[in-house]
Amino acid sequence: MTKADLVEGIAKDTGLSKKDTSVVVNMIIENICKALAEGDKVELRGFGSFKVKSRNPRKARNPRTGESVDVPAKLVPFFKASNELKLKVNV
Amino acid sequence: MTKAEIVENISSRTGLTKKEVAEAVECFLSTISEGLVRGEHYEIRGFGTFKVKERKARMARNPRTGEPVPVPDRKVPVFKVSRELKELVAQS
Repeated sequence: MTKADLVEGIAKDTGLSKKDTSVVVNMIIENICKALAEGDKVELRGFGSFKVKSRNPRKARNPRTGESVDVPAKLVPFFKASNELKLKVNV
Repeated sequence: MTKAEIVENISSRTGLTKKEVAEAVECFLSTISEGLVRGEHYEIRGFGTFKVKERKARMARNPRTGEPVPVPDRKVPVFKVSRELKELVAQS
Protein backbone atom coordinates (compact mmCIF):
# COMPACT_ATOMS: atom_id res chain seq x y z
CA MET A 1 0.00 0.00 0.00
CA THR A 2 1.22 3.47 -0.82
CA LYS A 3 0.26 6.95 0.28
CA ALA A 4 -2.10 7.16 -2.70
CA ASP A 5 -3.98 4.04 -1.51
CA LEU A 6 -4.14 5.50 1.97
CA VAL A 7 -5.55 8.81 0.69
CA GLU A 8 -8.11 6.98 -1.45
CA GLY A 9 -9.34 4.96 1.55
CA ILE A 10 -9.51 7.93 3.91
CA ALA A 11 -11.37 10.04 1.35
CA LYS A 12 -13.93 7.29 0.94
CA ASP A 13 -14.40 6.83 4.69
CA THR A 14 -14.60 10.51 5.61
CA GLY A 15 -16.36 11.95 2.58
CA LEU A 16 -13.61 14.56 2.17
CA SER A 17 -12.35 15.20 -1.35
CA LYS A 18 -9.22 13.35 -2.40
CA LYS A 19 -7.49 16.68 -2.77
CA ASP A 20 -8.26 17.77 0.81
CA THR A 21 -7.41 14.31 2.14
CA SER A 22 -4.10 14.33 0.35
CA VAL A 23 -3.25 17.75 1.84
CA VAL A 24 -4.18 16.53 5.34
CA VAL A 25 -2.17 13.31 5.02
CA ASN A 26 0.89 15.22 3.84
CA MET A 27 0.50 17.64 6.73
CA ILE A 28 0.21 14.81 9.28
CA ILE A 29 3.51 13.41 8.04
CA GLU A 30 5.09 16.85 7.88
CA ASN A 31 4.04 17.62 11.47
CA ILE A 32 5.56 14.37 12.74
CA CYS A 33 8.80 14.87 10.81
CA LYS A 34 9.13 18.47 11.97
CA ALA A 35 8.55 17.56 15.62
CA LEU A 36 11.20 14.81 15.39
CA ALA A 37 13.66 17.16 13.69
CA GLU A 38 13.19 19.51 16.66
CA GLY A 39 13.80 16.63 19.08
CA ASP A 40 10.16 16.61 20.16
CA LYS A 41 8.14 13.42 20.53
CA VAL A 42 4.76 12.71 19.00
CA GLU A 43 2.28 10.66 20.96
CA LEU A 44 -0.69 9.25 19.07
CA ARG A 45 -2.91 7.52 21.61
CA GLY A 46 -3.95 4.02 20.64
CA PHE A 47 -1.45 3.93 17.79
CA GLY A 48 2.03 4.60 19.09
CA SER A 49 4.63 7.26 19.59
CA PHE A 50 7.49 8.65 17.54
CA LYS A 51 10.60 9.66 19.44
CA VAL A 52 14.22 10.51 18.89
CA LYS A 53 16.88 8.34 20.51
CA SER A 54 20.52 9.18 20.84
CA ARG A 55 23.15 6.65 19.83
CA ASN A 56 26.58 6.67 21.43
CA PRO A 57 29.64 6.99 19.24
CA ARG A 58 31.17 3.63 18.41
CA LYS A 59 33.89 2.01 16.41
CA ALA A 60 32.67 -0.03 13.50
CA ARG A 61 34.47 -2.01 10.83
CA ASN A 62 34.29 -1.73 7.12
CA PRO A 63 33.17 -5.30 6.39
CA ARG A 64 35.03 -5.35 3.06
CA THR A 65 38.43 -4.12 4.20
CA GLY A 66 38.28 -4.90 7.91
CA GLU A 67 39.38 -1.32 8.54
CA SER A 68 38.14 0.29 11.75
CA VAL A 69 35.86 3.30 11.24
CA ASP A 70 34.66 5.81 13.82
CA VAL A 71 30.90 6.21 13.88
CA PRO A 72 30.01 9.50 15.59
CA ALA A 73 27.18 9.89 18.12
CA LYS A 74 23.91 10.52 16.37
CA LEU A 75 20.19 11.01 16.81
CA VAL A 76 17.84 8.47 15.30
CA PRO A 77 14.06 8.58 14.97
CA PHE A 78 12.08 5.54 16.05
CA PHE A 79 8.49 4.40 16.46
CA LYS A 80 7.14 2.57 19.46
CA ALA A 81 3.82 0.86 18.78
CA SER A 82 1.12 1.20 21.46
CA ASN A 83 0.05 -1.84 23.43
CA GLU A 84 -3.34 -1.69 21.70
CA LEU A 85 -1.72 -1.90 18.28
CA LYS A 86 0.63 -4.68 19.38
CA LEU A 87 -2.30 -6.70 20.70
CA LYS A 88 -4.38 -6.15 17.57
CA VAL A 89 -1.59 -7.23 15.25
CA ASN A 90 -0.64 -10.33 17.20
CA VAL A 91 -3.68 -12.52 16.58
CA MET B 1 3.19 16.78 20.37
CA THR B 2 -0.25 15.20 20.54
CA LYS B 3 -3.02 14.38 18.10
CA ALA B 4 -4.91 17.50 19.21
CA GLU B 5 -1.96 19.74 18.34
CA ILE B 6 -1.60 18.15 14.93
CA VAL B 7 -5.33 18.63 14.26
CA GLU B 8 -5.14 22.26 15.39
CA ASN B 9 -2.14 22.94 13.14
CA ILE B 10 -3.70 21.36 10.06
CA SER B 11 -7.07 22.98 10.62
CA SER B 12 -5.54 26.45 10.91
CA ARG B 13 -3.51 25.95 7.73
CA THR B 14 -6.19 24.44 5.52
CA GLY B 15 -9.41 26.10 6.62
CA LEU B 16 -10.95 22.66 7.16
CA THR B 17 -12.83 22.40 10.44
CA LYS B 18 -11.15 20.75 13.39
CA LYS B 19 -13.85 18.11 13.27
CA GLU B 20 -13.07 17.24 9.64
CA VAL B 21 -9.35 17.14 10.28
CA ALA B 22 -9.74 15.09 13.48
CA GLU B 23 -11.82 12.58 11.55
CA ALA B 24 -9.21 12.36 8.79
CA VAL B 25 -6.39 11.93 11.32
CA GLU B 26 -8.27 9.16 13.15
CA CYS B 27 -9.05 7.52 9.84
CA PHE B 28 -5.37 7.74 8.82
CA LEU B 29 -4.30 5.93 11.99
CA SER B 30 -7.08 3.34 11.95
CA THR B 31 -6.52 2.56 8.26
CA ILE B 32 -2.87 1.81 8.94
CA SER B 33 -3.70 -0.20 12.09
CA GLU B 34 -6.32 -2.26 10.30
CA GLY B 35 -4.04 -2.77 7.32
CA LEU B 36 -1.32 -4.08 9.62
CA VAL B 37 -3.79 -6.45 11.25
CA ARG B 38 -4.51 -7.87 7.79
CA GLY B 39 -0.78 -8.22 7.23
CA GLU B 40 -0.52 -5.36 4.76
CA HIS B 41 2.28 -2.85 4.79
CA TYR B 42 2.16 0.87 4.16
CA GLU B 43 4.98 2.59 2.39
CA ILE B 44 4.98 6.35 2.77
CA ARG B 45 7.73 7.89 0.67
CA GLY B 46 10.02 10.21 2.56
CA PHE B 47 8.60 9.07 5.90
CA GLY B 48 8.90 5.33 6.31
CA THR B 49 7.15 1.98 6.11
CA PHE B 50 4.74 0.43 8.57
CA LYS B 51 4.77 -3.35 8.49
CA VAL B 52 4.39 -6.45 10.60
CA LYS B 53 7.33 -8.63 11.48
CA GLU B 54 7.31 -12.15 12.85
CA ARG B 55 9.32 -12.83 15.97
CA LYS B 56 10.37 -16.39 16.68
CA ALA B 57 9.53 -18.13 19.92
CA ARG B 58 12.33 -17.92 22.46
CA MET B 59 13.13 -18.60 26.08
CA ALA B 60 13.32 -15.51 28.23
CA ARG B 61 13.96 -15.10 31.93
CA ASN B 62 11.92 -13.51 34.63
CA PRO B 63 14.47 -10.90 35.69
CA ARG B 64 13.27 -10.95 39.27
CA THR B 65 13.33 -14.70 39.91
CA GLY B 66 15.73 -15.82 37.18
CA GLU B 67 13.15 -18.39 36.16
CA PRO B 68 13.09 -19.29 32.45
CA VAL B 69 9.83 -18.30 30.72
CA PRO B 70 8.85 -19.40 27.22
CA VAL B 71 7.88 -16.55 24.86
CA PRO B 72 5.76 -17.87 21.97
CA ASP B 73 6.30 -16.72 18.40
CA ARG B 74 4.40 -13.55 17.69
CA LYS B 75 3.79 -10.71 15.27
CA VAL B 76 4.89 -7.19 16.04
CA PRO B 77 4.15 -3.91 14.25
CA VAL B 78 7.29 -2.07 13.18
CA PHE B 79 8.05 1.21 11.46
CA LYS B 80 11.12 1.39 9.28
CA VAL B 81 12.25 4.99 9.13
CA SER B 82 13.09 6.33 5.65
CA ARG B 83 16.58 7.53 4.89
CA GLU B 84 15.25 11.08 4.39
CA LEU B 85 13.74 11.21 7.87
CA LYS B 86 16.90 9.72 9.40
CA GLU B 87 18.97 12.42 7.74
CA LEU B 88 16.55 15.15 8.78
CA VAL B 89 16.77 14.10 12.43
CA ALA B 90 20.52 13.49 12.38
CA GLN B 91 21.16 17.02 11.14
CA SER B 92 19.17 18.65 13.92
